[in-house]
Amino acid sequence: MTPVVHFSRRYRFSASHRLHVGTMSEEENYATFGKCNNPFGHGHNYVLEVTVAGPVDAATGMVVDMVALDSLVKAQIVERFDQTHLNVDPLFAEALVPSTENFVIEVEKILQESVRTLGIRLVRARMEETSNNSFDLLPQGARQRQVF
Amino acid sequence: MIFLTRKAEFSSSHFYRNPEWSEEENIRRFGKCANPHGHGHNYTLEVTVGGEVDPVTGFVVDLKLLKEILEREVVSVYDHRHLNYEVPEFAQVIPTTENIAVAIWRRLDGKIPNAKLERVRIYEMPDLFADFYGETA
Repeated sequence: MTPVVHFSRRYRFSASHRLHVGTMSEEENYATFGKCNNPFGHGHNYVLEVTVAGPVDAATGMVVDMVALDSLVKAQIVERFDQTHLNVDPLFAEALVPSTENFVIEVEKILQESVRTLGIRLVRARMEETSNNSFDLLPQGARQRQVF
Repeated sequence: MIFLTRKAEFSSSHFYRNPEWSEEENIRRFGKCANPHGHGHNYTLEVTVGGEVDPVTGFVVDLKLLKEILEREVVSVYDHRHLNYEVPEFAQVIPTTENIAVAIWRRLDGKIPNAKLERVRIYEMPDLFADFYGETA
């Protein structure tokens, strides 16, 4: 009986964004998004919390090679978005509003695919936009408990 | 069912070393975590228990009692100790964050009256932590 442990890492990056919908008038945008709609955007220090789960390897005592996980998340997420304007990234340039809800959904899609190459399952991606708000979603069937 | 979480802190040293591997293999796999004299962390433990609210006290579990259990079962054993040398469960098992979570679960499971152990979360650093829910594969 091998214990199954959830392992989490937090990654930090800074980016700017503007909440704006191209099909809405300026007035509607401002009414909907308020100061988040200011024309030149604004920035956040984002924290991405990545949780993977798997059986503890008897030889290493680990569920994942942390160095490999770090380099994967840094290459695919941190390097891509750090010190950038999210609205110009191809993810959002095609009319998807870079709200942190949409952002974490897209980041989780990217990581679901790539984390599998490490032989481990992604349980959760959680994104903090500021220390007072954070967003995460439940991958189908992957998260067994919702303690928090 | 209400879940209740209590935190505790302890500071310990450890190193990662598999005695079945050569020195070179240990360094290759564990990097500086294999340094022979070890290194230390300020660990933060979060223990979550679940239970029904007692209609008289309004408690799931007496927090003072839970604090005493954490102190007796975990903090007094781990704090200011070298985990590899001084804590029996790590004599043969590498004290990784994952294994510490499992070991603390085993120390606490069944010892908390009127509540079920739901989760053990251990932070090695603010950006690195492990959760154990008692699952096995």
